Amino acid sequence: MRTLRNLGLTLLYLFLLAPIIVVFIVSFDTRQYLAFPPASFSFGSYAKVFANEAFLSAFGRSVVIGLVVGLVAVSIGMLLSMALVRYRFRGREGLNFLVLAPFLVPSIVLAVGLMLVLSPVGLLDTYAGITLAHLGITIPYTVRTITMSLMAVDRRVEEAARVHGASAFTAFRRVTLPLVRPGLIAGGVIAFLISFDEAVISLFIVSVRTSTLPTEIYRYLEYSTDPQIAALSVVLILISIAVVVLVERLIGLRRAI
Amino acid sequence: MSTPTLSSTPPKRRHRGLLLVLLAPGLLALLATFILPMAWLFRASFSDSVMAAFGGGWTLTHYLAAVTDPFYWRVALNTLTLGVAVSFFAVLLGYPIALFLARTQSRWRGVLTALAVAPLLTSAVVRTYGWMVILGDRGVVNGSLQALSLIDTPLRLSNNSFGATVALVEILMPYAILAMLAGFGRLSTQLEEAAAMLGANRLRVFWRIILPLSLPGILTGALLVFVMAISSFVTPRLMGGGRVFVLGTEVFNEATVTLNWPLAAALSIVLLVLFSSVIVIYQRALRRLEE
Repeated sequence: MRTLRNLGLTLLYLFLLAPIIVVFIVSFDTRQYLAFPPASFSFGSYAKVFANEAFLSAFGRSVVIGLVVGLVAVSIGMLLSMALVRYRFRGREGLNFLVLAPFLVPSIVLAVGLMLVLSPVGLLDTYAGITLAHLGITIPYTVRTITMSLMAVDRRVEEAARVHGASAFTAFRRVTLPLVRPGLIAGGVIAFLISFDEAVISLFIVSVRTSTLPTEIYRYLEYSTDPQIAALSVVLILISIAVVVLVERLIGLRRAI
Repeated sequence: MSTPTLSSTPPKRRHRGLLLVLLAPGLLALLATFILPMAWLFRASFSDSVMAAFGGGWTLTHYLAAVTDPFYWRVALNTLTLGVAVSFFAVLLGYPIALFLARTQSRWRGVLTALAVAPLLTSAVVRTYGWMVILGDRGVVNGSLQALSLIDTPLRLSNNSFGATVALVEILMPYAILAMLAGFGRLSTQLEEAAAMLGANRLRVFWRIILPLSLPGILTGALLVFVMAISSFVTPRLMGGGRVFVLGTEVFNEATVTLNWPLAAALSIVLLVLFSSVIVIYQRALRRLEE
């Protein structure tokens, strides 16, 4: 029973990780076309990636945009969550719906709308434009995760702090904030990842000047599938593993998710 | 069954000024990134000017084109089929992993959770490329089968809707797992132990306790995946090799290649309508579940 379960789980994990595994293998090939198994074993494709100016600058742009989006989305999400969880006001139900509405609209639909709005004000293919567009799709996620951890906070703990003489602000800073920290970090990490991974909206908003890494890879894949993309992918995966290890070391991934 | 609320009722009256400070940035962001774009999209779908961003007169042409052309009917059907198939399989394959991660006491839990979510850290474009490597004509599957002399000509696994579906299932599975994990909060081992002590066998415990308690998580996961699947165009486009026509690929085509922005807007509205019906069904199902 137990072995059967473990076998099933292993197969599911294998499916989940299959593209990453094969990309790793193919990255050591240097042929100009896609084929399996690799004909050679070399780091030639890696050398090409690190010499590719377009990939390098797009990577830098993606990191910066992702960090800004993550930070702003968490800040706005925290404020909104406090209002939605802790206050009763007119229009609260409506706002509750509105906040999650972008989450319930296909991103490609939002992409066309954003393109139509950003175009006349000259924000297409600008940092401001792409950051704004990514904020729209990440705030629903940060509000969701932060609201969830905020609702799980036992108000009696805060009341206990107040009874023992803490001010409202101190109680918030010393009791509430540490308790929702996993939600904040989870929200921030998710927002960064969505921004970093996001290709759909970006493809409508950016072109040459502010192209992000996913859009750059997409355009490359449209005419070529050579192992260079595999090598680039492995580099990105290694960076991802570094992020995971870092988050795990710092706060424990279990608590963040 | 009823959901126990965790937070007690908030105080009725607190500083209104503070509330405004809390709300203002979020409302502004929502206005700029959601309300305005959606309003503009709606307006543009009726615009008789090709540069719809700048207004123009009102016309129904684009909707008529979308509704009367049988091509777009097929596109809508393709989109729905893809969304249903992908969300079904992503939840089906993700559920055992999510359930295992939610219940295990293993010291590998952290690592296994990281592994299940790790694909999220890779761009969907990158993983689509991974599936091109696996399912391509000279890819892993065909290459292995030919090396074993099991087939002469490569199987058509990519450049069609099969390839697009397989890739999307894998790409969206981590989201399903995360959504299910978050929705599994009410699972309790004590309840299961109690049921087992009262004589329920494992199957019965699963059927009567674990499954009902994890149903909200399953529904949320399915909805999330459906949303992402029907709005996707990168994977259908790259894996479909230009032969898979879904609303996403057509909207992108009209918006960036043909540059017919009003038609792109009208098709987007059609996608949205299709989509809202699913949301309504989801909410009905969830309400019934809570009764």
